[in-house]
Amino acid sequence: MRLVGIETEYGIVDPDEPRANPILMSSRLVAACRAWAGERTTRWDYGGEDPLQDQRGFRRSRMGASADLLTDAPEFDESEGKVTLRRRRGSWEDPAHLNAVLANGARFYVDHAHPEHSGPEVTSAHDAVVWDRAGDAIALAAAARYADEEGSRVELYKNNVDGKGASYGTHENFLVSRGTDFEDLARRLTPHLVTRQVFAGAGRVGLGQFGEEPGFQLSQRADYMEAEVGLETTLRRPIVNTRDEPHATRDKYRRLHVIIGDANLFDVATYLKMGTTALVLSAIEADDERLDALALAHPVEAVQTVSRDLTLRARLEIADGDSASALEIQRALLEICRSYVTDAGEAAVIARWEGVLERLATDLFSAAREVEWVAKLQLLGRMRARHVSPGTPDGLPWDDARLAAMDLQWSRLGDGLATRLAAAGQMERIATEEAVAAAVATAPQDTRARLRGGIVAARPDVVDAAGWSTVVLDRETDHGHLEVIHLDEPMAARHPLLDHLIGG
Amino acid sequence: MAQLNAQGQPYEDETPEPDAPAPAAAAQESGDALDDLLAEIDGSLQVNAEQFVRSFVQKGGQ
Repeated sequence: MRLVGIETEYGIVDPDEPRANPILMSSRLVAACRAWAGERTTRWDYGGEDPLQDQRGFRRSRMGASADLLTDAPEFDESEGKVTLRRRRGSWEDPAHLNAVLANGARFYVDHAHPEHSGPEVTSAHDAVVWDRAGDAIALAAAARYADEEGSRVELYKNNVDGKGASYGTHENFLVSRGTDFEDLARRLTPHLVTRQVFAGAGRVGLGQFGEEPGFQLSQRADYMEAEVGLETTLRRPIVNTRDEPHATRDKYRRLHVIIGDANLFDVATYLKMGTTALVLSAIEADDERLDALALAHPVEAVQTVSRDLTLRARLEIADGDSASALEIQRALLEICRSYVTDAGEAAVIARWEGVLERLATDLFSAAREVEWVAKLQLLGRMRARHVSPGTPDGLPWDDARLAAMDLQWSRLGDGLATRLAAAGQMERIATEEAVAAAVATAPQDTRARLRGGIVAARPDVVDAAGWSTVVLDRETDHGHLEVIHLDEPMAARHPLLDHLIGG
Repeated sequence: MAQLNAQGQPYEDETPEPDAPAPAAAAQESGDALDDLLAEIDGSLQVNAEQFVRSFVQKGGQ
Protein backbone atom coordinates (compact mmCIF):
# COMPACT_ATOMS: atom_id res chain seq x y z
CA MET A 1 0.00 0.00 0.00
CA ARG A 2 1.58 3.21 -1.20
CA LEU A 3 0.10 6.65 -1.72
CA VAL A 4 -0.12 7.47 -5.43
CA GLY A 5 -1.93 9.88 -7.74
CA ILE A 6 -2.25 10.75 -11.43
CA GLU A 7 -2.32 14.15 -13.15
CA THR A 8 -3.64 14.38 -16.71
CA GLU A 9 -3.24 17.34 -19.04
CA TYR A 10 -5.82 17.04 -21.81
CA GLY A 11 -5.44 18.24 -25.36
CA ILE A 12 -8.17 20.79 -26.08
CA VAL A 13 -9.77 21.67 -29.42
CA ASP A 14 -12.70 23.68 -30.68
CA PRO A 15 -13.67 21.54 -33.69
CA ASP A 16 -15.40 24.47 -35.36
CA GLU A 17 -12.61 26.95 -34.72
CA PRO A 18 -9.22 25.22 -34.76
CA ARG A 19 -7.42 28.50 -34.08
CA ALA A 20 -9.30 29.20 -30.85
CA ASN A 21 -7.08 30.23 -27.95
CA PRO A 22 -6.39 27.12 -25.83
CA ILE A 23 -5.65 29.06 -22.64
CA LEU A 24 -8.95 30.87 -22.88
CA MET A 25 -10.81 27.66 -23.70
CA SER A 26 -9.13 25.90 -20.79
CA SER A 27 -10.05 28.61 -18.31
CA ARG A 28 -13.63 28.62 -19.59
CA LEU A 29 -13.69 24.86 -19.22
CA VAL A 30 -12.60 25.17 -15.59
CA ALA A 31 -15.30 27.80 -15.07
CA ALA A 32 -17.78 25.35 -16.60
CA CYS A 33 -16.47 22.67 -14.24
CA ARG A 34 -17.13 25.00 -11.30
CA ALA A 35 -20.62 25.64 -12.62
CA TRP A 36 -21.17 21.90 -13.00
CA ALA A 37 -20.01 21.35 -9.41
CA GLY A 38 -22.42 24.01 -8.13
CA GLU A 39 -21.81 24.74 -4.46
CA ARG A 40 -19.59 21.73 -4.07
CA THR A 41 -16.27 23.28 -5.04
CA THR A 42 -13.67 25.66 -3.72
CA ARG A 43 -10.67 27.55 -4.98
CA TRP A 44 -7.06 26.46 -4.77
CA ASP A 45 -4.89 27.37 -1.80
CA TYR A 46 -1.54 28.56 -3.12
CA GLY A 47 -0.24 29.03 0.43
CA GLY A 48 2.02 26.01 0.72
CA GLU A 49 3.58 25.25 -2.65
CA ASP A 50 7.29 25.11 -3.30
CA PRO A 51 7.88 23.96 -6.87
CA LEU A 52 11.45 25.25 -6.91
CA GLN A 53 12.81 22.74 -4.44
CA ASP A 54 15.03 20.12 -6.03
CA GLN A 55 15.25 16.51 -4.81
CA ARG A 56 19.03 16.73 -4.89
CA GLY A 57 19.03 19.15 -1.97
CA PHE A 58 19.33 22.63 -3.46
CA ARG A 59 16.62 25.02 -4.44
CA ARG A 60 16.28 27.72 -7.04
CA SER A 61 15.83 31.30 -5.98
CA ARG A 62 12.24 32.40 -6.09
CA MET A 63 11.41 35.37 -8.25
CA GLY A 64 10.14 38.18 -6.08
CA ALA A 65 9.12 37.93 -2.49
CA SER A 66 7.09 34.97 -1.36
CA ALA A 67 4.47 36.90 0.56
CA ASP A 68 3.41 33.81 2.42
CA LEU A 69 0.26 34.29 4.34
CA LEU A 70 1.01 32.01 7.24
CA THR A 71 1.19 34.01 10.43
CA ASP A 72 3.03 32.96 13.53
CA ALA A 73 -0.20 32.89 15.42
CA PRO A 74 -0.26 30.34 18.23
CA GLU A 75 -1.28 26.90 17.12
CA PHE A 76 -4.39 25.28 18.37
CA ASP A 77 -4.34 22.39 20.75
CA GLU A 78 -2.67 19.49 18.93
CA SER A 79 -5.64 17.33 19.84
CA GLU A 80 -7.57 19.39 17.32
CA GLY A 81 -5.06 18.57 14.64
CA LYS A 82 -2.61 21.17 13.41
CA VAL A 83 -4.35 24.48 12.75
CA THR A 84 -2.76 27.88 12.23
CA LEU A 85 -4.29 31.27 11.62
CA ARG A 86 -3.87 33.28 8.47
CA ARG A 87 -4.50 36.96 8.00
CA ARG A 88 -7.08 37.90 5.46
CA ARG A 89 -5.63 39.98 2.67
CA GLY A 90 -8.64 41.68 1.26
CA SER A 91 -10.71 40.07 -1.40
CA TRP A 92 -8.26 37.69 -2.96
CA GLU A 93 -9.95 35.93 -5.81
CA ASP A 94 -9.04 33.67 -8.66
CA PRO A 95 -10.65 35.94 -11.24
CA ALA A 96 -9.98 33.75 -14.23
CA HIS A 97 -11.51 30.74 -12.48
CA LEU A 98 -8.34 28.82 -13.08
CA ASN A 99 -8.98 26.22 -10.39
CA ALA A 100 -11.70 24.04 -9.01
CA VAL A 101 -11.19 21.79 -6.00
CA LEU A 102 -13.87 19.13 -6.18
CA ALA A 103 -15.89 16.93 -3.87
CA ASN A 104 -13.92 13.86 -4.98
CA GLY A 105 -10.71 15.45 -3.72
CA ALA A 106 -9.39 16.32 -7.18
CA ARG A 107 -8.09 19.59 -8.56
CA PHE A 108 -9.35 20.58 -12.01
CA TYR A 109 -7.43 23.56 -13.36
CA VAL A 110 -5.50 25.23 -16.15
CA ASP A 111 -1.88 24.15 -16.49
CA HIS A 112 -0.04 26.03 -19.22
CA ALA A 113 -2.44 25.83 -22.15
CA HIS A 114 -4.27 22.67 -21.11
CA PRO A 115 -7.02 21.71 -18.71
CA GLU A 116 -5.67 19.32 -16.12
CA HIS A 117 -7.26 16.88 -13.75
CA SER A 118 -5.05 16.13 -10.75
CA GLY A 119 -6.62 13.13 -9.15
CA PRO A 120 -6.91 12.68 -5.39
CA GLU A 121 -4.43 10.66 -3.36
CA VAL A 122 -5.20 6.93 -3.50
CA THR A 123 -3.51 3.85 -2.05
CA SER A 124 -3.79 1.22 -4.76
CA ALA A 125 -3.38 0.75 -8.49
CA HIS A 126 -7.05 -0.17 -8.68
CA ASP A 127 -8.14 3.08 -7.07
CA ALA A 128 -5.74 5.01 -9.30
CA VAL A 129 -7.68 3.65 -12.28
CA VAL A 130 -11.03 4.50 -10.68
CA TRP A 131 -10.18 8.13 -9.96
CA ASP A 132 -8.32 8.58 -13.24
CA ARG A 133 -11.45 7.60 -15.11
CA ALA A 134 -13.50 9.77 -12.79
CA GLY A 135 -11.30 12.63 -13.99
CA ASP A 136 -12.23 11.83 -17.59
CA ALA A 137 -15.90 11.80 -16.64
CA ILE A 138 -15.57 15.16 -14.87
CA ALA A 139 -13.76 16.65 -17.86
CA LEU A 140 -16.56 15.42 -20.12
CA ALA A 141 -19.20 16.86 -17.80
CA ALA A 142 -17.38 20.19 -17.84
CA ALA A 143 -17.20 20.07 -21.65
CA ALA A 144 -20.95 19.49 -21.85
CA ARG A 145 -21.56 22.45 -19.55
CA TYR A 146 -19.13 24.51 -21.63
CA ALA A 147 -21.16 23.79 -24.75
CA ASP A 148 -24.33 24.94 -23.01
CA GLU A 149 -22.82 28.13 -21.63
CA GLU A 150 -20.44 29.17 -24.39
CA GLY A 151 -22.51 28.12 -27.36
CA SER A 152 -19.46 26.48 -28.90
CA ARG A 153 -18.06 22.99 -28.73
CA VAL A 154 -14.91 21.81 -27.03
CA GLU A 155 -13.25 18.44 -27.54
CA LEU A 156 -10.80 16.91 -25.08
CA TYR A 157 -8.06 14.45 -26.01
CA LYS A 158 -6.37 12.19 -23.50
CA ASN A 159 -3.07 11.94 -25.35
CA ASN A 160 0.36 13.52 -25.10
CA VAL A 161 1.39 14.73 -28.55
CA ASP A 162 -0.08 16.78 -31.37
CA GLY A 163 2.26 15.49 -34.08
CA LYS A 164 3.61 19.02 -34.65
CA GLY A 165 6.22 19.02 -31.92
CA ALA A 166 4.11 19.77 -28.85
CA SER A 167 3.89 17.37 -25.94
CA TYR A 168 1.92 17.64 -22.73
CA GLY A 169 2.09 15.38 -19.78
CA THR A 170 0.39 12.72 -17.78
CA HIS A 171 2.28 12.64 -14.52
CA GLU A 172 2.33 10.03 -11.81
CA ASN A 173 3.09 10.76 -8.19
CA PHE A 174 4.39 8.27 -5.66
CA LEU A 175 5.00 8.91 -1.98
CA VAL A 176 8.47 7.67 -1.05
CA SER A 177 10.29 7.71 2.25
CA ARG A 178 12.66 10.65 2.67
CA GLY A 179 15.32 8.27 3.94
CA THR A 180 15.72 6.79 0.46
CA ASP A 181 18.76 8.29 -1.20
CA PHE A 182 17.59 10.10 -4.30
CA GLU A 183 20.58 9.22 -6.47
CA ASP A 184 20.01 5.54 -5.67
CA LEU A 185 16.33 5.93 -6.38
CA ALA A 186 16.91 7.55 -9.77
CA ARG A 187 19.50 4.98 -10.81
CA ARG A 188 17.46 1.97 -9.73
CA LEU A 189 14.10 3.17 -11.02
CA THR A 190 15.35 4.14 -14.49
CA PRO A 191 15.41 0.61 -16.01
CA HIS A 192 11.76 0.22 -15.04
CA LEU A 193 10.70 3.58 -16.45
CA VAL A 194 12.53 2.80 -19.70
CA THR A 195 11.08 -0.68 -20.21
CA ARG A 196 7.57 -0.51 -18.72
CA GLN A 197 6.42 1.02 -22.04
CA VAL A 198 5.92 -2.54 -23.24
CA PHE A 199 2.65 -2.61 -21.27
CA ALA A 200 2.10 1.08 -20.44
CA GLY A 201 2.60 2.69 -23.85
CA ALA A 202 -0.47 4.20 -25.50
CA GLY A 203 0.95 3.79 -29.01
CA ARG A 204 1.75 6.55 -31.45
CA VAL A 205 1.72 7.05 -35.21
CA GLY A 206 4.88 8.86 -36.32
CA LEU A 207 8.48 8.82 -35.19
CA GLY A 208 10.38 11.85 -33.92
CA GLN A 209 9.08 14.86 -32.01
CA PHE A 210 7.35 16.18 -35.12
CA GLY A 211 6.36 12.78 -36.41
CA GLU A 212 8.78 13.50 -39.23
CA GLU A 213 9.48 9.83 -39.92
CA PRO A 214 6.65 7.44 -40.81
CA GLY A 215 6.04 4.52 -38.49
CA PHE A 216 4.40 3.36 -35.32
CA GLN A 217 5.88 3.27 -31.82
CA LEU A 218 4.85 2.05 -28.39
CA SER A 219 4.96 5.34 -26.54
CA GLN A 220 3.62 8.86 -26.95
CA ARG A 221 6.30 10.43 -24.78
CA ALA A 222 9.47 8.52 -25.72
CA ASP A 223 10.72 11.00 -28.31
CA TYR A 224 10.49 13.83 -25.78
CA MET A 225 12.78 12.31 -23.15
CA GLU A 226 16.15 13.96 -23.52
CA ALA A 227 17.93 13.62 -20.19
CA GLU A 228 18.40 11.04 -17.44
CA VAL A 229 17.69 13.20 -14.41
CA GLY A 230 16.60 16.81 -14.02
CA LEU A 231 14.16 19.39 -12.71
CA GLU A 232 12.62 20.44 -16.01
CA THR A 233 9.22 19.25 -17.20
CA THR A 234 8.74 21.28 -20.39
CA LEU A 235 12.20 21.32 -21.98
CA ARG A 236 14.93 18.68 -22.05
CA ARG A 237 12.53 16.45 -20.20
CA PRO A 238 14.24 13.89 -17.95
CA ILE A 239 13.43 10.21 -17.39
CA VAL A 240 13.52 10.92 -13.65
CA ASN A 241 12.21 14.29 -12.57
CA THR A 242 13.80 15.82 -9.50
CA ARG A 243 11.11 18.24 -8.40
CA ASP A 244 11.04 18.03 -4.63
CA GLU A 245 7.67 19.29 -3.56
CA PRO A 246 6.33 16.62 -1.24
CA HIS A 247 3.05 18.32 -0.28
CA ALA A 248 3.63 16.43 2.97
CA THR A 249 5.98 16.35 5.95
CA ARG A 250 9.27 17.11 4.26
CA ASP A 251 11.56 15.27 6.66
CA LYS A 252 9.49 12.12 6.31
CA TYR A 253 8.48 11.96 2.66
CA ARG A 254 9.44 12.57 -0.91
CA ARG A 255 6.91 12.80 -3.71
CA LEU A 256 8.40 11.17 -6.77
CA HIS A 257 7.04 12.97 -9.82
CA VAL A 258 7.18 10.70 -12.88
CA ILE A 259 6.78 12.50 -16.20
CA ILE A 260 7.79 9.86 -18.73
CA GLY A 261 4.43 8.09 -18.86
CA ASP A 262 1.69 8.20 -21.47
CA ALA A 263 -1.94 9.09 -20.90
CA ASN A 264 -3.84 5.81 -20.97
CA LEU A 265 -7.40 5.06 -21.99
CA PHE A 266 -6.93 1.39 -21.19
CA ASP A 267 -7.56 0.40 -17.58
CA VAL A 268 -4.94 -2.33 -17.48
CA ALA A 269 -2.28 0.05 -18.80
CA THR A 270 -3.01 2.59 -16.06
CA TYR A 271 -3.27 -0.17 -13.47
CA LEU A 272 0.07 -1.75 -14.31
CA LYS A 273 1.82 1.59 -14.81
CA MET A 274 0.93 2.62 -11.26
CA GLY A 275 1.06 -0.77 -9.57
CA THR A 276 4.39 -1.97 -10.93
CA THR A 277 6.13 1.35 -10.34
CA ALA A 278 4.88 1.41 -6.74
CA LEU A 279 6.32 -2.08 -6.18
CA VAL A 280 9.69 -1.23 -7.73
CA LEU A 281 9.81 1.75 -5.37
CA SER A 282 9.29 -0.64 -2.45
CA ALA A 283 12.30 -2.63 -3.62
CA ILE A 284 14.29 0.60 -3.88
CA GLU A 285 13.25 1.73 -0.39
CA ALA A 286 14.43 -1.65 0.90
CA ASP A 287 17.82 -1.02 -0.75
CA ASP A 288 17.51 -4.19 -2.82
CA GLU A 289 20.85 -4.48 -4.59
CA ARG A 290 19.50 -6.97 -7.12
CA LEU A 291 18.20 -3.90 -8.96
CA ASP A 292 21.73 -2.77 -9.78
CA ALA A 293 22.24 -5.61 -12.23
CA LEU A 294 19.57 -4.05 -14.48
CA ALA A 295 21.19 -0.62 -14.82
CA LEU A 296 21.18 0.48 -18.46
CA ALA A 297 24.31 1.70 -20.21
CA HIS A 298 22.42 4.32 -22.27
CA PRO A 299 19.01 4.96 -20.73
CA VAL A 300 17.93 7.95 -22.85
CA GLU A 301 18.67 6.13 -26.10
CA ALA A 302 17.05 3.00 -24.68
CA VAL A 303 13.74 4.84 -24.20
CA GLN A 304 13.54 5.35 -27.94
CA THR A 305 14.90 1.91 -28.77
CA VAL A 306 12.18 0.22 -26.73
CA SER A 307 9.48 2.51 -28.07
CA ARG A 308 10.35 1.79 -31.69
CA ASP A 309 10.81 -1.95 -31.36
CA LEU A 310 7.46 -3.53 -32.16
CA THR A 311 9.01 -6.98 -31.91
CA LEU A 312 9.94 -6.47 -28.25
CA ARG A 313 13.21 -8.20 -29.01
CA ALA A 314 15.70 -5.35 -29.21
CA ARG A 315 18.72 -5.83 -26.98
CA LEU A 316 19.53 -3.09 -24.52
CA GLU A 317 23.08 -2.78 -23.26
CA ILE A 318 23.19 -3.07 -19.50
CA ALA A 319 25.91 -1.55 -17.45
CA ASP A 320 28.09 -4.61 -16.93
CA GLY A 321 28.48 -5.15 -20.68
CA ASP A 322 25.73 -7.73 -20.98
CA SER A 323 22.43 -7.07 -22.74
CA ALA A 324 18.76 -7.75 -22.13
CA SER A 325 15.44 -7.14 -23.86
CA ALA A 326 12.80 -4.90 -22.31
CA LEU A 327 10.69 -7.97 -21.55
CA GLU A 328 13.64 -9.69 -19.85
CA ILE A 329 14.25 -6.62 -17.70
CA GLN A 330 10.57 -6.52 -16.81
CA ARG A 331 10.60 -10.19 -15.84
CA ALA A 332 13.62 -9.61 -13.63
CA LEU A 333 11.88 -6.66 -11.97
CA LEU A 334 8.77 -8.77 -11.46
CA GLU A 335 10.81 -11.46 -9.70
CA ILE A 336 12.43 -8.89 -7.42
CA CYS A 337 9.08 -7.27 -6.62
CA ARG A 338 7.52 -10.53 -5.48
CA SER A 339 9.44 -9.97 -2.24
CA TYR A 340 7.63 -6.70 -1.55
CA VAL A 341 3.97 -7.65 -1.79
CA THR A 342 2.19 -6.55 1.38
CA ASP A 343 -1.50 -6.90 0.53
CA ALA A 344 -3.99 -8.51 -1.83
CA GLY A 345 -4.03 -5.48 -4.13
CA GLU A 346 -0.29 -5.75 -4.71
CA ALA A 347 -0.53 -9.50 -5.19
CA ALA A 348 -3.11 -8.87 -7.91
CA VAL A 349 -0.72 -6.42 -9.58
CA ILE A 350 2.00 -9.09 -9.62
CA ALA A 351 -0.38 -11.64 -11.17
CA ARG A 352 -1.51 -9.24 -13.88
CA TRP A 353 2.04 -8.09 -14.53
CA GLU A 354 3.19 -11.68 -15.00
CA GLY A 355 0.25 -12.54 -17.24
CA VAL A 356 0.67 -9.55 -19.50
CA LEU A 357 4.43 -10.10 -19.90
CA GLU A 358 3.71 -13.71 -20.81
CA ARG A 359 1.11 -12.73 -23.41
CA LEU A 360 3.38 -10.07 -24.90
CA ALA A 361 6.18 -12.61 -25.21
CA THR A 362 4.18 -15.41 -26.79
CA ASP A 363 1.46 -13.78 -28.90
CA LEU A 364 1.47 -10.01 -29.01
CA PHE A 365 -2.13 -9.58 -30.05
CA SER A 366 -3.39 -11.80 -27.26
CA ALA A 367 -2.69 -8.74 -25.08
CA ALA A 368 -4.85 -6.44 -27.22
CA ARG A 369 -7.61 -6.12 -24.63
CA GLU A 370 -5.12 -5.01 -21.98
CA VAL A 371 -2.20 -3.20 -23.60
CA GLU A 372 -3.18 0.03 -25.29
CA TRP A 373 -0.45 0.26 -27.92
CA VAL A 374 -1.16 -3.30 -29.00
CA ALA A 375 -4.86 -2.53 -29.40
CA LYS A 376 -4.06 0.63 -31.36
CA LEU A 377 -1.59 -1.23 -33.57
CA GLN A 378 -4.18 -3.93 -34.18
CA LEU A 379 -6.92 -1.49 -35.16
CA LEU A 380 -4.62 0.59 -37.35
CA GLY A 381 -3.14 -2.56 -38.86
CA ARG A 382 -6.63 -3.68 -39.79
CA MET A 383 -7.29 -0.30 -41.37
CA ARG A 384 -4.07 -0.58 -43.37
CA ALA A 385 -5.11 -4.03 -44.53
CA ARG A 386 -8.45 -2.76 -45.79
CA HIS A 387 -6.56 -0.75 -48.40
CA VAL A 388 -4.32 -3.42 -49.80
CA SER A 389 -4.24 -3.21 -53.58
CA PRO A 390 -1.87 -4.33 -56.33
CA GLY A 391 -0.15 -0.95 -56.13
CA THR A 392 -0.02 -0.90 -52.34
CA PRO A 393 0.60 -4.46 -51.13
CA ASP A 394 1.14 -3.24 -47.56
CA GLY A 395 -2.07 -1.28 -47.52
CA LEU A 396 -2.07 2.26 -46.18
CA PRO A 397 1.44 3.57 -45.56
CA TRP A 398 2.18 4.82 -42.05
CA ASP A 399 2.29 8.42 -43.27
CA ASP A 400 -1.27 8.28 -44.58
CA ALA A 401 -3.34 10.99 -42.88
CA ARG A 402 -6.09 8.49 -42.10
CA LEU A 403 -3.80 6.64 -39.69
CA ALA A 404 -2.65 9.87 -38.05
CA ALA A 405 -6.30 10.88 -37.69
CA MET A 406 -7.17 7.56 -36.07
CA ASP A 407 -4.28 7.97 -33.66
CA LEU A 408 -5.71 11.33 -32.54
CA GLN A 409 -9.32 10.17 -32.52
CA TRP A 410 -8.30 7.21 -30.44
CA SER A 411 -7.97 9.40 -27.37
CA ARG A 412 -10.95 11.74 -27.73
CA LEU A 413 -13.02 11.70 -24.56
CA GLY A 414 -16.58 10.52 -24.96
CA ASP A 415 -16.65 9.07 -28.46
CA GLY A 416 -13.01 8.26 -29.21
CA LEU A 417 -11.90 5.00 -30.79
CA ALA A 418 -10.59 3.56 -27.51
CA THR A 419 -13.94 4.23 -25.88
CA ARG A 420 -15.70 2.61 -28.80
CA LEU A 421 -13.47 -0.43 -28.56
CA ALA A 422 -14.45 -0.70 -24.90
CA ALA A 423 -18.11 -0.47 -25.86
CA ALA A 424 -17.54 -3.26 -28.38
CA GLY A 425 -16.12 -5.48 -25.66
CA GLN A 426 -12.56 -5.16 -26.95
CA MET A 427 -11.05 -3.63 -23.81
CA GLU A 428 -10.81 -5.22 -20.40
CA ARG A 429 -12.01 -2.93 -17.65
CA ILE A 430 -10.53 -2.93 -14.15
CA ALA A 431 -12.88 -0.31 -12.72
CA THR A 432 -16.62 -0.75 -13.01
CA GLU A 433 -18.83 2.04 -14.33
CA GLU A 434 -20.48 2.19 -10.90
CA ALA A 435 -17.16 2.71 -9.14
CA VAL A 436 -16.21 5.45 -11.60
CA ALA A 437 -19.55 7.21 -11.17
CA ALA A 438 -19.16 7.10 -7.39
CA ALA A 439 -15.61 8.49 -7.68
CA VAL A 440 -16.88 11.50 -9.61
CA ALA A 441 -18.72 12.64 -6.49
CA THR A 442 -16.79 11.06 -3.63
CA ALA A 443 -13.16 11.14 -2.53
CA PRO A 444 -11.06 8.11 -1.60
CA GLN A 445 -11.84 7.29 2.02
CA ASP A 446 -8.39 6.12 3.11
CA THR A 447 -6.25 9.23 2.54
CA ARG A 448 -6.42 12.93 3.39
CA ALA A 449 -8.39 13.35 0.14
CA ARG A 450 -11.36 12.19 2.22
CA LEU A 451 -11.03 15.37 4.30
CA ARG A 452 -10.50 17.72 1.34
CA GLY A 453 -13.34 16.25 -0.68
CA GLY A 454 -15.55 15.69 2.34
CA ILE A 455 -15.49 19.27 3.53
CA VAL A 456 -16.04 20.58 -0.01
CA ALA A 457 -19.02 18.26 -0.37
CA ALA A 458 -20.56 18.79 3.06
CA ARG A 459 -19.67 22.35 4.11
CA PRO A 460 -18.51 24.44 1.15
CA ASP A 461 -19.96 27.43 3.00
CA VAL A 462 -17.08 27.38 5.51
CA VAL A 463 -14.27 26.61 3.07
CA ASP A 464 -12.12 29.46 1.74
CA ALA A 465 -9.70 27.32 -0.27
CA ALA A 466 -7.98 23.95 -0.28
CA GLY A 467 -4.64 22.55 -1.43
CA TRP A 468 -2.92 19.18 -1.28
CA SER A 469 -1.86 19.67 2.33
CA THR A 470 -4.20 22.42 3.53
CA VAL A 471 -7.84 23.22 3.97
CA VAL A 472 -8.52 26.90 4.72
CA LEU A 473 -11.66 27.61 6.72
CA ASP A 474 -13.53 30.90 6.70
CA ARG A 475 -16.15 30.94 9.43
CA GLU A 476 -17.35 33.00 12.36
CA THR A 477 -14.66 32.98 15.06
CA ASP A 478 -13.52 35.19 17.94
CA HIS A 479 -10.11 35.78 16.38
CA GLY A 480 -11.57 36.77 13.04
CA HIS A 481 -8.83 35.11 10.96
CA LEU A 482 -8.87 32.34 8.42
CA GLU A 483 -8.02 28.95 9.89
CA VAL A 484 -5.52 26.79 8.04
CA ILE A 485 -5.90 23.06 8.66
CA HIS A 486 -2.59 21.34 7.95
CA LEU A 487 -2.82 17.89 6.41
CA ASP A 488 0.87 17.10 6.19
CA GLU A 489 0.32 13.39 6.80
CA PRO A 490 -1.21 12.24 3.51
CA MET A 491 -2.25 8.84 4.85
CA ALA A 492 -4.29 10.44 7.65
CA ALA A 493 -7.93 10.39 6.59
CA ARG A 494 -9.19 11.84 9.87
CA HIS A 495 -8.94 15.26 11.46
CA PRO A 496 -10.99 16.14 14.52
CA LEU A 497 -12.09 19.61 13.45
CA LEU A 498 -12.85 18.65 9.84
CA ASP A 499 -14.60 15.46 10.92
CA HIS A 500 -16.73 17.56 13.25
CA LEU A 501 -17.66 19.94 10.45
CA ILE A 502 -18.25 17.18 7.90
CA GLY A 503 -20.47 15.53 10.47
CA GLY A 504 -19.72 12.00 9.41
CA MET B 1 18.27 2.32 -33.44
CA ALA B 2 16.11 -0.76 -33.33
CA GLN B 3 14.93 -2.24 -36.58
CA LEU B 4 11.27 -1.69 -37.24
CA ASN B 5 8.90 -4.27 -38.43
CA ALA B 6 6.69 -1.71 -40.09
CA GLN B 7 3.64 -3.94 -39.99
CA GLY B 8 3.91 -4.64 -36.31
CA GLN B 9 3.85 -8.36 -36.90
CA PRO B 10 4.81 -10.35 -33.84
CA TYR B 11 7.57 -12.78 -34.53
CA GLU B 12 6.09 -16.25 -34.56
CA ASP B 13 9.46 -17.83 -35.17
CA GLU B 14 12.98 -16.89 -36.06
CA THR B 15 12.23 -16.09 -39.69
CA PRO B 16 9.86 -13.15 -39.65
CA GLU B 17 8.51 -11.74 -42.86
CA PRO B 18 8.87 -7.99 -42.57
CA ASP B 19 6.87 -7.45 -45.75
CA ALA B 20 3.87 -9.46 -44.65
CA PRO B 21 0.57 -7.60 -44.80
CA ALA B 22 -0.78 -5.72 -41.84
CA PRO B 23 -1.63 -7.80 -38.79
CA ALA B 24 -5.01 -8.94 -39.97
CA ALA B 25 -4.27 -12.61 -39.52
CA ALA B 26 -3.20 -12.21 -35.91
CA ALA B 27 -6.42 -10.42 -35.14
CA GLN B 28 -8.94 -12.80 -36.62
CA GLU B 29 -10.78 -13.54 -33.42
CA SER B 30 -11.70 -9.93 -32.77
CA GLY B 31 -12.33 -9.42 -36.45
CA ASP B 32 -16.10 -9.36 -36.35
CA ALA B 33 -16.22 -6.82 -33.56
CA LEU B 34 -13.79 -4.55 -35.34
CA ASP B 35 -15.13 -4.80 -38.87
CA ASP B 36 -18.16 -2.58 -38.37
CA LEU B 37 -16.14 -0.01 -36.50
CA LEU B 38 -13.46 0.00 -39.20
CA ALA B 39 -15.98 0.43 -41.96
CA GLU B 40 -17.51 3.39 -40.21
CA ILE B 41 -14.14 5.00 -39.48
CA ASP B 42 -13.05 4.43 -43.04
CA GLY B 43 -16.13 6.19 -44.35
CA SER B 44 -15.67 9.24 -42.15
CA LEU B 45 -11.94 9.52 -42.78
CA GLN B 46 -12.21 9.47 -46.58
CA VAL B 47 -13.54 12.98 -46.38
CA ASN B 48 -11.59 14.91 -43.80
CA ALA B 49 -8.59 13.06 -42.42
CA GLU B 50 -5.95 15.47 -43.67
CA GLN B 51 -7.78 18.54 -42.54
CA PHE B 52 -8.49 16.99 -39.16
CA VAL B 53 -4.86 16.10 -38.60
CA ARG B 54 -3.63 19.50 -39.79
CA SER B 55 -5.95 21.39 -37.49
CA PHE B 56 -5.05 19.42 -34.37
CA VAL B 57 -2.49 21.81 -32.91
CA GLN B 58 -1.66 22.01 -29.22
CA LYS B 59 0.63 24.14 -27.14
CA GLY B 60 3.38 22.31 -25.30
CA GLY B 61 2.74 21.50 -21.68
CA GLN B 62 4.65 19.74 -18.96
